[in-house]
Amino acid sequence: MTKRLSLKSVGKSFQMHLQGGLTLPVVTNVELEVFSGECVVLGGPSGAGKSSILKMIYGNYRCDEGQILIATGENGETVLDIAKAEPRRMLSLRSNTIGYVSQFLRVIPRVSAEDVVAEPLIAQGADEKTAVNKARDLLTRLNVPNRLWTLPPATFSGGEQQRVNIARGFITNYPMLLLDEPTASLDAANRAVVVELVEEKKASGVAMLGILHDLDVRERIADRIVDVTNFKQAA
Amino acid sequence: MSDMMNDEPLLRVSEITKLYGNRIGCQNVDFELWPGEVLAVVGESGSGKSTLLNCLSTRLEPTSGMIEYRMRDGVFRNLYKLTEAERRLLMRTDWGFVHQNPADGLRLAVSAGANVGERLMAVGQRHYGQIRDTATDWLERVEIAADRIDDNPRAFSGGMRQRLQIARNLVTHPRLIFMDEPTGGLDVSVQARLLDMLRRLVADLGLAVIIVTHDLAVARLLSHRIVVMRHGNVIETGLTDQVLDDPREPYTQLLVSSILQV
Repeated sequence: MTKRLSLKSVGKSFQMHLQGGLTLPVVTNVELEVFSGECVVLGGPSGAGKSSILKMIYGNYRCDEGQILIATGENGETVLDIAKAEPRRMLSLRSNTIGYVSQFLRVIPRVSAEDVVAEPLIAQGADEKTAVNKARDLLTRLNVPNRLWTLPPATFSGGEQQRVNIARGFITNYPMLLLDEPTASLDAANRAVVVELVEEKKASGVAMLGILHDLDVRERIADRIVDVTNFKQAA
Repeated sequence: MSDMMNDEPLLRVSEITKLYGNRIGCQNVDFELWPGEVLAVVGESGSGKSTLLNCLSTRLEPTSGMIEYRMRDGVFRNLYKLTEAERRLLMRTDWGFVHQNPADGLRLAVSAGANVGERLMAVGQRHYGQIRDTATDWLERVEIAADRIDDNPRAFSGGMRQRLQIARNLVTHPRLIFMDEPTGGLDVSVQARLLDMLRRLVADLGLAVIIVTHDLAVARLLSHRIVVMRHGNVIETGLTDQVLDDPREPYTQLLVSSILQV
């Protein structure tokens, strides 16, 4: 198994200038490894820093301390440090190595649901027809009614938007996926679909790191659970 | 995007300073822009965004510093050492400039088709039928009905004029586009349409873009990287998501926290 991701002594804090320069420590000394074909779940209560860890890996948050090493390329032959990656490098990692599945859809005006879903696969070089077919297939599996496919998701219900976003996250062929509560507020049938999608990704060797609050889902897909409260600064 | 890593930059900006007498327009600005990359310059009115854009696009000579552009033959040239003829050729072929007010970038006295065709004639096309066909094609790409080709842009709405200005700029297949608040002054539904169109065209054509905007939502939607300016200085720069989700400087935190959530 290839080691896909490893975090070494990673630390993060926020300085809030609008609150008189208050410093909020988030996590410190995070040590974590994810291998291809496994799903590691971050555990711990709200506010423990789980999302911050995912956002540092995806480059939305800066990483103040330590290293975030990601193996890219076909067999993970090139190892890059995300903590020091320049913006262009991070963008290329996002287009070919790391995907992010979240529950919140950032709606783009006028773009239809099926195109929203197909877009990341097209960006990876698939032709439009293949991508749209795969998008429709995923939308079907996630029970998004097909009368909605050609409409922009801005007016969809919260659950429908979430499922569109899940389809968008799973359509791609990234070797590393970050799952930010993809099953939150889904019904049982759709949760089961997400579990299936995760199993398929595992089987094809994708490394996954996720936040999952649903105990039943977590039990079914997590190979290991890492407790984030271990990474709190000693008080 | 994946081949972005292997390329050389398209534009290299070193230590650009523009002074208006004793007042600072912009100061010590440094960055590189790669092919296919969209860079947003954000900041409030008077922060030096437009001064910087005008320096970069050879419309305003900087007081000091150097701007180099990689020409189509692969050679980097200092923009302010080009001859006037070279500079004009660059501006009407390899570059585009989208003004906030379409009237500044269009010729209102001639038809929509002529506005698009004029840039083609500037690069040597002479066949009337071909020019008209290309112009029709571009009007459709910016969602202007082909039967409006002979109409004067004065008869167009603000949103249509802005789309016409974009077609006029893109018809020569430029590699770099400068945009100064392209959605400013348009109502929101028209803005959304224009943004979606721009996003698609930029991705399809692999354009490099430097866009000045005070609207962080526009920057989020269109740009890969952000430069935040204040009092003529670049105070923060980085990946768009990172600057907006994890702003570091006090001023950037203030800007981000001032966005209205819908």
